[in-house]
Amino acid sequence: MIEFLNVSKSFETPKRDVHAVKNVTLTINKEDIFGVIGFSGAGKSTLLRLVNLLEKPTSGVVKVNGTDLASLSSKELRTLRRRIGMIFQNFNLFTSRTVAGNIGYPLKLEGVSKAEIERKTKELLSFVGLSDKANDYPEQLSGGQKQRVGIARALATSPEILICDEATSALDPETTADILKLLKRVNAELGITVLLITHEMNVIQTICNRVAVMEQGEVIESGDVFDVFTRPKHTTTQRFIQSVHQDIPSTEVLQEWKGNGGQHLYRVLFKGAVTNNPLLSEVTQKHGIHFNIVYGSVREIQQQLFGNLVVSFEGQINDVKKVIDELALKVDIEEVLADEG
Amino acid sequence: MKVDWTTFWPRIVEATGETLYMVLLTLIFGSILGITLGLLLFVTRENNILESKITFNALNLFINIIRPIPFIIFLVALSPLTRIVMGTTIGTTAAVFPMTIAAAFGIARIVETNLISIDPGVIEAARAMGASPFQIIYTVLIPEALGPLILGLTFVTISLIDFSAVAGTVGGGGLGHVAITYGYQRFDGSVMIVTVVILIVLVQLAQWLGNALSKKILRR
Repeated sequence: MIEFLNVSKSFETPKRDVHAVKNVTLTINKEDIFGVIGFSGAGKSTLLRLVNLLEKPTSGVVKVNGTDLASLSSKELRTLRRRIGMIFQNFNLFTSRTVAGNIGYPLKLEGVSKAEIERKTKELLSFVGLSDKANDYPEQLSGGQKQRVGIARALATSPEILICDEATSALDPETTADILKLLKRVNAELGITVLLITHEMNVIQTICNRVAVMEQGEVIESGDVFDVFTRPKHTTTQRFIQSVHQDIPSTEVLQEWKGNGGQHLYRVLFKGAVTNNPLLSEVTQKHGIHFNIVYGSVREIQQQLFGNLVVSFEGQINDVKKVIDELALKVDIEEVLADEG
Repeated sequence: MKVDWTTFWPRIVEATGETLYMVLLTLIFGSILGITLGLLLFVTRENNILESKITFNALNLFINIIRPIPFIIFLVALSPLTRIVMGTTIGTTAAVFPMTIAAAFGIARIVETNLISIDPGVIEAARAMGASPFQIIYTVLIPEALGPLILGLTFVTISLIDFSAVAGTVGGGGLGHVAITYGYQRFDGSVMIVTVVILIVLVQLAQWLGNALSKKILRR
C-alpha cells in the first residue's frame, strides 16, 4: 500500500520555484493497478519518484506499507527500494551488460549467490518470454523486448510494488498492448501492486482499476476507472476520455443535423445492470414514441458494460417529455447542444 | 661526425626501453589518480549521487590551473616536489612523477567527459534498485564508460610518448634524450630519423591496441 498524505514537492530554479506536486493525498491499495494520467508537465513523473524517494517531498508524508520513507536511514532506504521495482519510458538498461546481466544486476547488489542469480534470471526470462535472449545485449533487442527486460529486472528482487514511468510511451500500439498484458499478469499472478503514470487514456482503460487525473501538480479527480470514465467531472478528464472515445458527434455533424431540421438529440448513459434491460424500447413504446440512435457505442470497462448513445425521439412533444423524465429515473440523460461536439 | 651504428643500436634499444618504462608506469599511476579524480569530479556535480559544490568547485579550479601549463615548464616547476617524492630529479624513474601528475589531470577531464555522456536514466535505474553511491561507481559508471574511456586513455598514451621525449631533454633518458643529444646537438639527421620512426611505430601500436580493446568492449 502506498499513501500520499498532503504531499508537495517544489524545485528551486534560479528564475523561480517550480511546484511540481501540490498537496496530493492519495491511497493506492494493495494489488491495485493504479494509473495516474496527466499531460506532460502535470507533475506525475515527480509524484512517481516520491514513492521510492528518488525525489524527497518538500512537505507531507509518503508511506509505503505504513513506513514513512523520510524516517529511514540511507541504508534502510536502499533496502526498501528493493521492495519497489521500477520501469522506465526509455528502459534504462545497462548497455555494458547482457540481458541476463541486466536482470541479475539487482540480485548482485543484494549479494545473492551466483547459482541463485542464474536460477532466478532463468525463471524471469521465461516469465517475460525472452528465454532465448539471455546472452544478447540491449542494442540487439526491439523496444518491446527491452521493456520486457526492464520488467524482469524490476521483478528480480521479488518486490511488492512496481512503479512504471510512462512504460509504454516509446512503444507502438501493438507492443503497448503486449506490455500492458504482461503488467496485468504481474499484478494478477504475482500479486504485485502496480502504480503507473501515463498520458495515454488507452493504458488506463486497458489495465487500471483505479485512476487519478493530475493537472499542474494537483490531483483533480480520482476514483474507480469505471466511475471516472462514465462520469468525468473535470474538463481535463473529459478531454482524456475523448482521446480514446468520442462520446458525442463532432460539431460539424451536429450542426449539419440541426441544419437538416433534425430533432433534439439526447445523450443517454447506461451503466452496469441497466444494460441488461431493453429500457429504451420499453419506455418509448409505452408512450407511443419512436427513437432513432444517431451515434453511440457500448463498451466494456473493468468488466462492466457502459453504453453511451445519442438518440432522437419522434412523436408528440408532451410524450417525448414523459419519455425523458421516465428514462432519467434509471439512466443519465441530457440534451446534446449543436455547439458541443 | 658519423655515428658508429654497431655501438649505437644497443643505445637505441635501451632508450626505447626507457621510453616504454616511463610511458607504461605513467599510464598506470596516472590512470589510477586520473580516474579517481574524474569520478570525484563527476559524482560531486550538481544533482549527482554525491553532490558537493565545494569539492567540485575546488577540484575543477585546481585542474583548470594545472592543465594549461606547458609540460616542459610544469616539469621544471615541479622539480622541488619531485626531489622530495622521488629522491632525485634526474633519470627515467624521476621523470615518471611529473608525467604522472600532468597525465592524471588530463585523464580526469577525459573520464569526467565520458561519464557525463552516460544516460542519467541508467544511474537513476541503479538508484531505484537500491545501489549505494559506491556500488553505482563500480557497477554502473565504470563499466558503462569503459569503451570510450579506453579510447581516451589511448589518446593520453600517445601524448605520454610525447611527454617522455620532453622529459628526456631534461635528464629523463629515453628516445627523446637520444634524439636531442645525438640528433639535435650533434647535427646528425640519421639518428633523428631513426628515433622519430621508432616513436611513430610506438604511437601506431598504442592506437591499434586501444582501438582493438575498445572495439571488443563497445561491440562496434
